[in-house]
Amino acid sequence: MNKRHQFSILAAIAATAAIAAAPAFADSSHRAKAMTMMKADFTTKGQATADRIYEDGLQAVCNRSGNHPPEKIAKQLEGDQMATVKYPADGKLMGDWKAGEKLAQSGRGFTWNDAPGSPAGGNCYNCHQIAPSESSFGTVGPSLFNFGKLRGNTAENQKYVYSKIYNAKSYNLCSEMPRFGHVGALGEKQIKDLVALLLDPESPVNK
Amino acid sequence: MRQTLIAATAIALAFAMQPVVAQDKPAAKPAAKMAAKKMAKPAVVEEKDAATLEFEKFRAKMIEDGNPAELFEAQGEELWKTKRGPNNVSLAETCDLGLGLGVVKGTYVQMPRYFADAGKVMDAERRIVWCMVEKQGFKAADLAKKPFAAETYTPEQTSLVTYVAGLSRDMKFAVPLKDPHVKEVYEIGKEVANHRAGPYDFSCNTCHGVDGKRIRMQQLPNISSKAGATTAVLGWPGYRMTGNRMLTLQWRMGDCFRQQRFPQPGYASDTVTSLLTFMTANANGSTYTGPGIKR
Ligand code: HEC
Ligand code: HEC
Repeated sequence: MNKRHQFSILAAIAATAAIAAAPAFADSSHRAKAMTMMKADFTTKGQATADRIYEDGLQAVCNRSGNHPPEKIAKQLEGDQMATVKYPADGKLMGDWKAGEKLAQSGRGFTWNDAPGSPAGGNCYNCHQIAPSESSFGTVGPSLFNFGKLRGNTAENQKYVYSKIYNAKSYNLCSEMPRFGHVGALGEKQIKDLVALLLDPESPVNK
Repeated sequence: MRQTLIAATAIALAFAMQPVVAQDKPAAKPAAKMAAKKMAKPAVVEEKDAATLEFEKFRAKMIEDGNPAELFEAQGEELWKTKRGPNNVSLAETCDLGLGLGVVKGTYVQMPRYFADAGKVMDAERRIVWCMVEKQGFKAADLAKKPFAAETYTPEQTSLVTYVAGLSRDMKFAVPLKDPHVKEVYEIGKEVANHRAGPYDFSCNTCHGVDGKRIRMQQLPNISSKAGATTAVLGWPGYRMTGNRMLTLQWRMGDCFRQQRFPQPGYASDTVTSLLTFMTANANGSTYTGPGIKR
């Protein structure tokens, strides 16, 4: 949370400057009213604290630009997001695909009825097709079936997938995909396991 | 291009199909089955439809055996007509749902609307709670304590909403958007639906912003389109087979905020009304099929 806040403040300053310079992004009166209303209406329940309705800098930019900020701002903020990605000290980016599959299945985490501090799942199947054995998959994101087979299990691609899961916004500022590593939902080992699920030639994803 | 067209047709069919199946008129059933067959064939919208169709069939069967919502409609009717509360008055003699004191028929499809006596735009459940508090003398805090059904418990306001909704069956949604108060709340609701925040950066539109998406096998209606908004508000209040309980749209909004990783919205709050105004007005012109059954 601390790290996230620090980042948010920096980004918010940058974003506010950018927004002020572009009048089209100023808060509409309806938006301002919506914020005031939400401040009054939401209360903390379980781990879902009332302050979650406030935007961080990136969210603020996406909210005010209909998720399509000007190219220049997007590139700059994607760079800021990329800078938050922490890679494993041992340089190994691939873990155990079996553990990754379990994690991908779980939709747990961060809701008001998840026990505070309990480990979060990956939520991946909520949005993606992944292994062919799982037919109950969502379509908010693209299919990742055969991801490694199609894109290759190169060092470069491992790095891409690791950082995409760590912080999806470092490639696509207003992506609908959460920033799993950045917000502390998934740790280093878990992200490695998910990289393996997508890229390991032994993973059913690539059979 | 052709692919999108086919997909669009299939999706349109899926939307068109739902009201037919949710209806409890026996005459409508063969049509529903035909639509179901047509949909299953092209398999364009992927396998999603196997499960959805299975559920639709099950729902049609259940309704054949008696729509469970009707039980709550009957309970609600009794609650509406009985003198109750510290003031010992009935809602039938004191509560104005927008079309005059005691009038129920046709009111559900015209809410949310502006109520001058309260100075607020209110959705059906909120209005009923307001009447229970202001007219019958119940305490707002008591009504907000356990506002949603559990397996062995159904709040009075849930039965009341179901009764009121039942008397708008087969009528068209007609949220009075021409009223500037309503329009204002509609615009605010649109902003709430857009608002990304929280640990996962989700807004309503993350899941309900475009056509034809799903989370796992669950279809996600696009609440900004007429067809999607219609799907979103049809069948509510609904008897939910997961947990066997009667639930209202007030509950649905709360549960989606939970999935959004947001904190808890106030029961019968402005925020919830604004979303219901946005969605229901987007469904204006579509026919409401009455309280139904939900997965
Ligand atoms: C709420 C929806 C959502 C969830 C949950 C989600 N994703 Fe995504 N994901 C998306 C969307 C939308 C895209 C495409 C847009 C983009 O690239 O940002 C995407 C893109 C990706 C990509 C890039 C695909 C490419 O072609 O380069 C990868 C890899 C990926 N997701 C992996 C995962 C993994 C692993 C998880 C679970 C830890 C996950 N996603 C969870 C929505 C989601
Ligand atoms: C993380 C994903 C997610 C978010 C965010 C989300 N929803 Fe949902 N919503 C769902 C799912 C999944 C369902 C289907 C649940 C089911 O069938 O049990 C659903 C169902 C609904 C329904 C009922 C649809 C029907 O066919 O009866 C409505 C209405 C709705 N959502 C509105 C909203 C609104 C308004 C918001 C924002 C406050 C929102 N949702 C946020 C995932 C989400």
